Amino acid sequence: MDKPFAITLDIGSSRANKTGSWRTERAVYTNRMPPCNDACPAGENIQAWLYEGEEGGAGYERAWHKIMEDNPFPAIMGRVCYHPCETACNRGQLDESVGINSVERFVGDEAIRQGWTVSVEAPPTGKRVLVVGAGPSGLSAAYHLARRGHTVTIREAGPMAGGMMRFGIPRYRLSRDVLDAEVQRILDLGVTLELDAKVTGLMTLKDEYDAVFLAVGAQLGRRTYIPAGSAAHVLDAVDMLRDLETGEKPLLGRRVAVYGGGNTAMDAARTAKRLGAAEAVVVYRRTQDRMPAHESELAEAEDEGVLFKWLTTIKQVDSGKLVVERMELDESGFPQPTGELEELAADSLVLALGQETDLSLLDGVPGLVVDDGVVAVGPDMMTGCPGIFAGGDMVPYERSVTVAVGHGKRAARNIDGWLSGAAPEPVARPALATFDTLNTWYYADAPRSHRALLDRARRESTFDEVVLGHDESTALMEARRCMSCGNCFSCDNCYGVCPDNAVIKLGEPGENYLIDLDYCKGCGLCVAECPSGAIQMFPEEI
Amino acid sequence: MAYQEIKLYQTGTFVAGNRLLGPEQRSVQARMGRSNSLTSGHRACQGCGEALGARYVLDAAMRATGGKMVAVNSTGCLEVFSTPYPESSWQLPWLHSLFGNGPAVAAGVAAALKAKGREDIRVVGQAGDGGTVDIGFGTLSGMFERGDDVLFVCYDNEGYMNTGVQRSGATPPAAVTANTKAVGREPGNAFGQGKNVPLIAMAHEIPYVATATVAELRDLEYKVERAMSFRGARYLHVFVPCPLGWGAASADTIKLARLVKETGLFPVFEAENGEVTEVSKIRRQVPVEEYLRLQRRYAHLFGDPGRPDIVARLQAGADRNVARFGLLPEGDE
Amino acid sequence: MLEQIEGSQAVARAVTLCRPEVVAAYPISPQTHIVESLSDRVRTGELAPCQYLMVESEFGAMSACIGASGAGARTYTATSSQGLLFMAEALFNASGLGLPIVMTLANRAIGAPINIWNDHSDAMSMRDSGWIQLYAESNQEAVDLHIQAYRLAESLSVPVMVCMDGFVLTHAFEQVDLPAQEQVDAFLPPFAPQQMLDPEDPVTIGAMVGPEAFAEVKYLMHAKQMAALDEVPVIADDFREAFGRSSGGLLKPYRLEGAETVVVALGSVLGTIEEVVDAMRDEGVPVGVLGITCFRPWPVAEVREALSRAKRVVVVEKAFAVGAGGIVGQNTRDATRGLPVEVYDVVAGLGGRPVTRASLRGLLDDVLAGRIDPQRLHFLDLDFALVQRELERSRHGRRPGPHAENILRDIGTVASGAYE
Repeated sequence: MDKPFAITLDIGSSRANKTGSWRTERAVYTNRMPPCNDACPAGENIQAWLYEGEEGGAGYERAWHKIMEDNPFPAIMGRVCYHPCETACNRGQLDESVGINSVERFVGDEAIRQGWTVSVEAPPTGKRVLVVGAGPSGLSAAYHLARRGHTVTIREAGPMAGGMMRFGIPRYRLSRDVLDAEVQRILDLGVTLELDAKVTGLMTLKDEYDAVFLAVGAQLGRRTYIPAGSAAHVLDAVDMLRDLETGEKPLLGRRVAVYGGGNTAMDAARTAKRLGAAEAVVVYRRTQDRMPAHESELAEAEDEGVLFKWLTTIKQVDSGKLVVERMELDESGFPQPTGELEELAADSLVLALGQETDLSLLDGVPGLVVDDGVVAVGPDMMTGCPGIFAGGDMVPYERSVTVAVGHGKRAARNIDGWLSGAAPEPVARPALATFDTLNTWYYADAPRSHRALLDRARRESTFDEVVLGHDESTALMEARRCMSCGNCFSCDNCYGVCPDNAVIKLGEPGENYLIDLDYCKGCGLCVAECPSGAIQMFPEEI
Repeated sequence: MAYQEIKLYQTGTFVAGNRLLGPEQRSVQARMGRSNSLTSGHRACQGCGEALGARYVLDAAMRATGGKMVAVNSTGCLEVFSTPYPESSWQLPWLHSLFGNGPAVAAGVAAALKAKGREDIRVVGQAGDGGTVDIGFGTLSGMFERGDDVLFVCYDNEGYMNTGVQRSGATPPAAVTANTKAVGREPGNAFGQGKNVPLIAMAHEIPYVATATVAELRDLEYKVERAMSFRGARYLHVFVPCPLGWGAASADTIKLARLVKETGLFPVFEAENGEVTEVSKIRRQVPVEEYLRLQRRYAHLFGDPGRPDIVARLQAGADRNVARFGLLPEGDE
Repeated sequence: MLEQIEGSQAVARAVTLCRPEVVAAYPISPQTHIVESLSDRVRTGELAPCQYLMVESEFGAMSACIGASGAGARTYTATSSQGLLFMAEALFNASGLGLPIVMTLANRAIGAPINIWNDHSDAMSMRDSGWIQLYAESNQEAVDLHIQAYRLAESLSVPVMVCMDGFVLTHAFEQVDLPAQEQVDAFLPPFAPQQMLDPEDPVTIGAMVGPEAFAEVKYLMHAKQMAALDEVPVIADDFREAFGRSSGGLLKPYRLEGAETVVVALGSVLGTIEEVVDAMRDEGVPVGVLGITCFRPWPVAEVREALSRAKRVVVVEKAFAVGAGGIVGQNTRDATRGLPVEVYDVVAGLGGRPVTRASLRGLLDDVLAGRIDPQRLHFLDLDFALVQRELERSRHGRRPGPHAENILRDIGTVASGAYE
């Protein structure tokens, strides 16, 4: 075509005009910390494994491997974790938090169903590590250490591995098949497990190993002095639950009282009902809102007909009855005795007043600091004695399976560093992806799917798992409710909304987009319209 | 939305793409091979809604026509910022004539293609609100009446922006422009009769009329595709915010387009042969104030003492639209 | 083939023979019969393939032609007077974009006051629009010029308007030789656009050009129009070869040999002038005629050459620049600058007033007798008494100045002769 001068132009000739020179700030793809990741005591990269899982199909296995990088117990977590991730989940401010826990359970169960495995990629280091205690913390440490190529031996005092997972959490919350499968997977990595092998003198063993991780838990029920008649039937909740696991069925009678307000108290009460008690009453000296037990446990207990007596303390235990005193809250919210007594019929009293650690194995170990019944550790999980690390219920942190698992991972990383002589590199924590950094308009209206519960009749009479898992389509839908806070999930919005066509789509998995700095005018639309807040504006140097 | 909404949790059809959707289910804008009918290097202001709208519409039209189309453009911001000699940002055949004749020129193009037996090549005419609602109105009506085979698109940013933000027949009441300043008893643009060109287009009973905004990409693309499935005169009215002219942040362009619909101020609908066929419902209704406060052209309505009476009148206008078009989902009225 | 046919019908036939693909039609007297006739021919299929677009205004008409031409189609429209003004913006646009549109201008006066009869004020108002302007003397020439116009327009990529006097030519029944389709097809190849909208080869047409290049663009437009001065004669020669008659060209000299006095004019009035000149020649008065066929571009060199041997030039024009003077006269003075020739500028036939042989004879006699001042613009057949009364009436209260006095003096001077 014979184009007349200046009247008619070639197409796309504007690309010679680099409008990038206009901007005073530029868009940069960043990552912010998703609140779920931030809240997870085990340090799981939840956003990342939900990202894999929501693709379905082969995505589930990828999701599982992602979880396994941090936590070897997804199926267990999906049953017993109190999911602080869900509490922190930004979606809770939109409609309801994502059912992360239910998806983790699905993925974990799928792994067991399909027989997925992990392997040790690292070359053997030749270093030997002793793990004392085969509870969640010890097993987690052993797992991570084994994957790093170390030779791990676990010495467990009891007859089976699992710790509180087996001896503290009843079957109706965690099926033993699931527990066994996830424990066995760790052992399959080449970890040596010695059962019935209580460690009494740590210093004698220390020289056989290059490092030690202590995770003996808090297996001793705390005692309190209550005057009791000779025929009074008083048990410790921890002992009761443990005995149940080893095959003994405690005799509790028709009416059982449980003293305490924590999860163990709930477990004790619900177990009592399953063992045939017609009535289980939880006696707690404070009010419901102050009880340490998790809301879901309380709700399930109530569903099962467990009764509650708030603001009540036990003064005396006799055969067949208790003498209890009503409490009253003072101005500062503390319960004070009122002097009003009453009788409560009870064939047995189960004490669930907290747990303590058996620290006898630490005798003679130099440098340890023990405070308030637990062992002090640094942020690297090392005790005052070099080479001896500790975690789980025996160190001064919040007590839960997930926290324990997180300790095991952190300890393993630091043990690995200690063994190689170089401290591990600090993990950078980006800024939190708070709700205001998101553009939630873009998320489809999607109510949450809640897991079904076993019907009441079956719950009363069996130890079958009370909370059922999701089927695949429900788990998938739930995973897709994730807003991918702070992390790009390739929605193409930035690529679509730039008026200057200044976002380049790379189309490679994992490498999504580039800002074309030749043309970006710094208008900020990509940032404003990124649903997950994964882009930020930074000022240009002028 | 009349189009097939994909109920995919996470983002569904709200975002441009989404890796969980097959390529065919994503928007045209999400595809790497999109036409980029308006490409980089143009001189539009940062955050220009019209630049975005034009690319959205034309890329969708290019896809719907298999690239067999030509564009006619009236004078205005879009034409000026895209073709300053020696640079053109257009990547499709494009013709600019005058300010008031976009529809007539497009009609001529369509006639020529028909005479040449090339009706497979489709014609899109485009103009701002000035070139459509005011100076181009006569030629637009002529095009409608004859039923010329043209899709005419109006990018409505509610003023003569290219010449310095003067008032047009599309400027809403109370808005400040260069010649409707916030002085006198009735500050900003007067509460006149307005000129609802989509309804006027419907009165011509042309095959297809639709309104859309740049905040709803899928909806806009769908409407372009649907428009191209008809022959004869068709009209698309697209709401495009102008950050500079409205005194809004450049990053708020899409948010403003979203709010103008969610307040009810801009009804989004489709009509065929003079009857409304589909109404896009408001998702999360908000009061007009939320929309107005983001723009300095309405700043005189707020502050001490502000003009709550004017805000109330604007709200009444929005409420009237909600009732008239049925903009709220059933049960929410 | 010879036919006794109305001018408008002849033009419609000629346009049909040129095979336009798009015709934009908006009616205005006295062009209406042309577009009506074309409508019939499209409907019967005589003109096919062709899209006949009934637009909503003249602005729409020219705009549709711009679009159609931009899409690579041969296009046509027709208008007059007010219609031409209404499409003024589009005229400049068409020439600026270089689109070879051909338009018939049925010359008519421009209001206010509204007047539907013939003069040249419409064409003159758009003489700077960048369009080539050709003036037909007769209906035959009108037919021939349309055919030549398409060739001219398309070879240069410049729009062309063919002017024919409204009513005088458009509604007159004259004998016209209409060519055959094969002849026109051989003379006029299919339109091969210099540029067009084509999805296979996309371009951006109609850019904004700033100070850095605008002057060059305008110069190139000017150069292109100047090239028409070479092209027009070539096409006229080719036409004569193909169709066997002289038509078109830049100028129409008549009895210029030995002419001391030459009358310069455009359009149908040339016929009347030629008759007067014949009569005067019979009396031995050395007078001749120079008809201007191509007014834009202005063939300054050719006009100069043609007038170089004259002593007197009398420009008779059907329009004038209000407040300034003659138009063709001014262009003629440009051409004769430096030559020892006196140019007289006479305005005649405004608003359709007939230009009679008697009036023309009286004018030329006055010129030859020295009764006309060459420095002043003259008005033929003006009712000076009426004008004087009106001026006296409105003069009341206004201070007289030299200009007003000159006008009164004019009236006084010329009012001394009435012409039948």
